[in-house]
Amino acid sequence: MIETPAQLAELRASARKILLNGRPKALVGMATCGLATGALRVHEALLAASERRDSSLLVCETGCNGACFLEPLVDVVLPGQARITYANVTPEDAEELVASALEGTVYAKRALARSNAEFFLIEDFSSPYGNADLAPEVEKVPLYSQVPFFRDQMHLAMRNCGLIDPASLDEYIAKGGYAAASKALTEMAPEEIIAAIKRSGLRGRGGGGFPTGRKWETCRKAHGEPRYVICNADEGDPGAYMDRAIIEGDPHSIIEGMIIGSYAIGARQGFVYVRQEYPLAVKRIRKALAQAEECGLLGRNIFGSGHDFTIRVNRGAGAFVCGESTALMASLEGRVGEPRAKYIHTVESGLWGKPSCLNNVETWNNVPVIIARGADWFAGIGTEGSKGTKVFSLVGKVNRVGLIEVPMGVSLRKVVEEIGGGIPDGRQFKAIQTGGPSGGCIPAQYLDTPVDFESLTALGSMMGSGGMIVMDDRTCMVDVARYFLGFLKEESCGKCVPCREGTARMLDILTDICEGRGRTGDIELLHDLAEGITDGSLCALGTSAPNPVLTTLKYFESEYRAHVEEHRCPAKVCRALIRYRIDPEKCTGCSLCAAGCPKKVIAGERKKTYTIDQSGCIKCGLCLDACRFDAVVVE
Amino acid sequence: MAVTPENCRDTVIAEVLERYPREASSMIAVLQDLQEELRYLPREVLDRVAVTLGTPRTQVYHVATFYKAFSLKPRGKHTISICRGTACHVKGVEKIADMLRALLEVEEGETTGDGLFTVQSVRCLGCCSLAPAIMIDREVYGQVTPARLGKIVKQYRKESAND
Repeated sequence: MIETPAQLAELRASARKILLNGRPKALVGMATCGLATGALRVHEALLAASERRDSSLLVCETGCNGACFLEPLVDVVLPGQARITYANVTPEDAEELVASALEGTVYAKRALARSNAEFFLIEDFSSPYGNADLAPEVEKVPLYSQVPFFRDQMHLAMRNCGLIDPASLDEYIAKGGYAAASKALTEMAPEEIIAAIKRSGLRGRGGGGFPTGRKWETCRKAHGEPRYVICNADEGDPGAYMDRAIIEGDPHSIIEGMIIGSYAIGARQGFVYVRQEYPLAVKRIRKALAQAEECGLLGRNIFGSGHDFTIRVNRGAGAFVCGESTALMASLEGRVGEPRAKYIHTVESGLWGKPSCLNNVETWNNVPVIIARGADWFAGIGTEGSKGTKVFSLVGKVNRVGLIEVPMGVSLRKVVEEIGGGIPDGRQFKAIQTGGPSGGCIPAQYLDTPVDFESLTALGSMMGSGGMIVMDDRTCMVDVARYFLGFLKEESCGKCVPCREGTARMLDILTDICEGRGRTGDIELLHDLAEGITDGSLCALGTSAPNPVLTTLKYFESEYRAHVEEHRCPAKVCRALIRYRIDPEKCTGCSLCAAGCPKKVIAGERKKTYTIDQSGCIKCGLCLDACRFDAVVVE
Repeated sequence: MAVTPENCRDTVIAEVLERYPREASSMIAVLQDLQEELRYLPREVLDRVAVTLGTPRTQVYHVATFYKAFSLKPRGKHTISICRGTACHVKGVEKIADMLRALLEVEEGETTGDGLFTVQSVRCLGCCSLAPAIMIDREVYGQVTPARLGKIVKQYRKESAND
């Protein structure tokens, strides 16, 4: 049981000894991204290899450090020397990896980066893995600060992801976990906490960017009992997955943030609303809650402060609109997730008509850092209007895909070119999509824009929850707009007519344009509809639904015109406007294309040439991918 | 009493209804568990949920048809979810969907004749670094290629034949 700050400090000291206990240790990244690339088999192989040697090597699980493109990742702690990160590890590597770990040396084939010390962000100190001279092989491995993907990153929200076992409360505490909650509940008045959050400049990380401290203050002052705090883990924006990674890699950080928030606001009940499409995240947060309850970090009289607080987990049931605060609360009440007008804010009248404070996963997770390190320290990071760091999911047509956490204000160019390593296959950068379906596509001429709330909004896009999808010259911007409208039409809850019908009509027009039936006047009609939808919808899903169309029209109008006026898709994506042909000069008759054709419309004789029967071709492009001789041509 | 599929199902339903407080706010959780146990929500089950939780039947039906997680028609043994997130779209998940349609001979939202697979689209699996991605039940498959998809489907068919 942890009933006092002193007991927490005692446990921290003993848990830290175990964390840094001097035994070699292998940590396997086992978040969803790791598991999908075979981390489980790597974990098993490492365990087996370690057992065969009857060794002292500890094999543990951990979350994802963001370098998803290098999964499966394994970190090996070499006592007295360093922590080495290995990338793309396979079960076949297990023997040599274990052998090298036990010998205190490096398995060079997979070594990616090293760190010389375990860093404790919450207390701002580091504990070197050793002070002996490094073995020459170890020294050859570049430091994290020398690896381009990590060099410009700053992990606050992801402080524990990929470093601790998410199923271990002790490891979280060893890293300084719950120290901020202990300080807040026993040394600070609720008003002081709110003042600190306000001074830190923290703004909501889920999309709106509303100042967190102000939200808390209004909720605290609102009339009505009981009050509720809610964690929005219904990460719906396509292309964003930092909330999943944080819950899977560091679930206690959210609980701690919510404990501090509940005390500041005066709430005794909290809810975590998490997507059911994230089964591992659901499992991890449930386990963490059970651990916290068991040792008294949740429940009655937390840290002897007199504050009572419990948290319940609710699973989302597959509705994008439930990421909107009023819809989410309706869903928590067991109803359909339809938003309501927010003349009365949810902080005053939310869940069951009571004052309710809803924040996103990453927002809650930042709270302990602010309390522990101080508001001024946090406010020193970032830009004038956007403080701290932000986690982005850098995905799409970029070499290094994964989660990155950078101080607010770095340029898009740095993100794409330096951290992301540019565009694969030597293709051209075309646009970066930020802000999810409510955001927009930013073209190459604005790559030097700093990434913060104001700058992205000024370009017609937004920060949103932090998705960044890179697009190259083979991406059709009209098709992208059509994709988002299709998504939004599907996810419109149907309450407001302009959103329900308007998105459907915009989708019709865009589909016509993509299929070669575009008419003069369509582009103007899209503008008209956009205005109507924005003016006539209640929630942010509706008011921002036209954004994907508006920003692509703004920056890529010529591409729309090519579709409408010339019935041509410059990126060669829109199926009705292209056709696949096999160049007889280049075809070697290997038959790979015919074997892979789902419609079986490619015929020919082996070692002679093959042809595509255009009448049955669905233009999926699988033949193009299958051909090794560049004989399949798109025109 | 003999153990028949009917009274076995009855026990499952009763068990699920016991797991949560008998109030309207439990509805989504109850329906989620029932969906998982029964693979769909038959009409008489919806009626029973309404009576147990003390809510109008219309409200249960409203919830059961609003959320994508629920199905009023029987679903296959395995649900294949095709990710429709932006990263997957940009990385060509449509090709994977084409291939899946050809392999299983079903459209999205439908169940294969042998009752083995139901194919559906989901908005984003949150595995954007692994695009294009699909999920079968709770298992995520990343960087899916047509060839790999064929192997995965074959594996499930084989396992099912051995059952």
